[in-house]
Amino acid sequence: MARFLARRLLFGLLVLWIVSGAVFVLFFVAPHDPARLIAGKLATPQTIALVNHRLGLDRPLPEQYASFIWRLLHGDLGYSYYSNAPVSQLLASRLPVTVSLALGGAVLWLAVGIGVGVAAARRPRSLVDRGGAVLMLAGLSMPTFLVGLLLIYFLFFRLHLAGITWFPPGGYVPLAQDPAGWAQHLLLPWVTLAAVTAATYSRLTRSSMLEVLGEDYIRTARSKGLSEDRVVYRHGLRSALTPVVTLLGIDLGTLLGGVIVTEQVFGLPGLGQLAWQSVTTQDLPVIIGTVLVASTFIVVANLLVDLGYALLDPRVRPS
Amino acid sequence: MTVTAPGQAAADAAAARPEAIQGRGPWRLAWERLHRDPVAIASAVTLVVIAVAAVAAPAVAHAVGHGPDDQYPTIGLTPAGLPVGPSQTFLLGTDNLGRDLLVRILYGARISLMVGVVATVLATVAGVVVGLAAGYLGGPADLVLSRFMDMVLSFPYLLLAIALVSVFGSSLTISMLVIAFFSWAAIGRVVRGQALSIREKEYVEASWSVGSGAMRVMFVDILPNLLAPVLVLATLLVPAAIVFEATLSFLGLGVPPPTPTWGGMLSDSLAFYQVAWWFPLFPGLALLATTLAFNLLGDGVRDALDPTAGRAGGGGDR
Repeated sequence: MARFLARRLLFGLLVLWIVSGAVFVLFFVAPHDPARLIAGKLATPQTIALVNHRLGLDRPLPEQYASFIWRLLHGDLGYSYYSNAPVSQLLASRLPVTVSLALGGAVLWLAVGIGVGVAAARRPRSLVDRGGAVLMLAGLSMPTFLVGLLLIYFLFFRLHLAGITWFPPGGYVPLAQDPAGWAQHLLLPWVTLAAVTAATYSRLTRSSMLEVLGEDYIRTARSKGLSEDRVVYRHGLRSALTPVVTLLGIDLGTLLGGVIVTEQVFGLPGLGQLAWQSVTTQDLPVIIGTVLVASTFIVVANLLVDLGYALLDPRVRPS
Repeated sequence: MTVTAPGQAAADAAAARPEAIQGRGPWRLAWERLHRDPVAIASAVTLVVIAVAAVAAPAVAHAVGHGPDDQYPTIGLTPAGLPVGPSQTFLLGTDNLGRDLLVRILYGARISLMVGVVATVLATVAGVVVGLAAGYLGGPADLVLSRFMDMVLSFPYLLLAIALVSVFGSSLTISMLVIAFFSWAAIGRVVRGQALSIREKEYVEASWSVGSGAMRVMFVDILPNLLAPVLVLATLLVPAAIVFEATLSFLGLGVPPPTPTWGGMLSDSLAFYQVAWWFPLFPGLALLATTLAFNLLGDGVRDALDPTAGRAGGGGDR
């Protein structure tokens, strides 16, 4: 068990190392000139040389990489080329927004996805099953930004025209400052995330549930005279949820690193928006920081999923 | 038994004969099942219509007299400089620069279909080759290739995609390559799993025993037997690639303007949806119709190829 975890941990660290190395190399082999970007178009060659020197960009590439890794190991992600703010501080200020968005969305899509999935599995080929299948396909086919735009159009713009101002079109209010405003501002983004994600969960719940309901122990539970609800929820759903938990772990890991599109559509100042801004301004230290944070979340989520699997199901525990 | 004329009986026998003795292979059976699936047929027809519209885009542009990038500041914009709605001159209205929305949507279909198909073909070829090699060769090759696929699958791919695009500059080719790069591993993993089990089949052993080389075994003996799942995955990859491209364009990192793309049009329409409902509506409908049709067709192909299989799903770019 310990060896298994150690191996997974090593693999995770390897992924992080490769991702950071790839991003580092990417931005140094690419034809771009951060010093010129910072110093401005009219800067003299001397100014540019000075900026290059200050950023350490005039040193040989291996040396730059070594100092990058050295500072990284000490938790120093460097400073933004633009705002000069420490990257770690930028990341920390954006994290609560993304966490609020991802967790709230997850609650919503789990409720809808598992609910529809269980209802569909209890009555395959029923109206609920078929209707659910159609909704799922619609969700899978919709680009996230389109869902967001539709919600803004109908629930913000049309309602505003009608004099109803329930939903703001975007923006963010910290939870600690105003809990009601926080929820109000995040409701449409949550619905957006849930609309494009619930589909996968209801499909997975349905197929996993159908499989479990065909097992012998379910027949045994029924023959003991348990109520159907008890059979479905206590005996069936519990084991049917294992693959759902796996997917949830991976999805949350991915989303916590930045919900790029949703944050962009609703103007939420989260990690995804920071990533997009840093990419469009070629702010290398911030790009590397966001990519590393996103990759770390994914690696940790994968690790937790593996661990949870091994704890929940002794059959997958490697000897 | 009823009595019939001898000639009639012979004709009946002749009519019944081909049905009775002609063997129907699995592909033919699947094709016949697909034919009986009204949703799949409707989706295929929709896609053919969209493809024809994309091909005919220059002809339509010629017919209405508006090029995709032609701006009509006097007749295509209101005095206040806003888009004008659908009319006889501009059937679907104009965009914020006074360009004909219909013509731009048709040209946008070319980009979407091209990116969807090309990226899928690239990803499928790469996934099949790497998956086959990993599953067939086994041992250290499998370990390295599998870990590599795991790694690609655990990248924060939208983030890396926009980083890649910002470094190499946005272009049609970059979009297609980036989408293919983040899509092939999913196919590779499935192919590897299938190849692992097919490798142990007797007919592969038989092929070995008559002296077939590794290439022949991989591509002649194993590959045809995993075409069915690959075909299903590829059909479902097309809409995912189209959504991916639209997302990149929406974020301003796809095919650069003025080339018309559906994602780019939707992005431009953000500032105008309150005054010009047609501006976001028509590109959005075009995008939705295309991805929905591909997804429905993919489901139909899956059901036709393997009627007993359950339905799985994929994620989107959030």
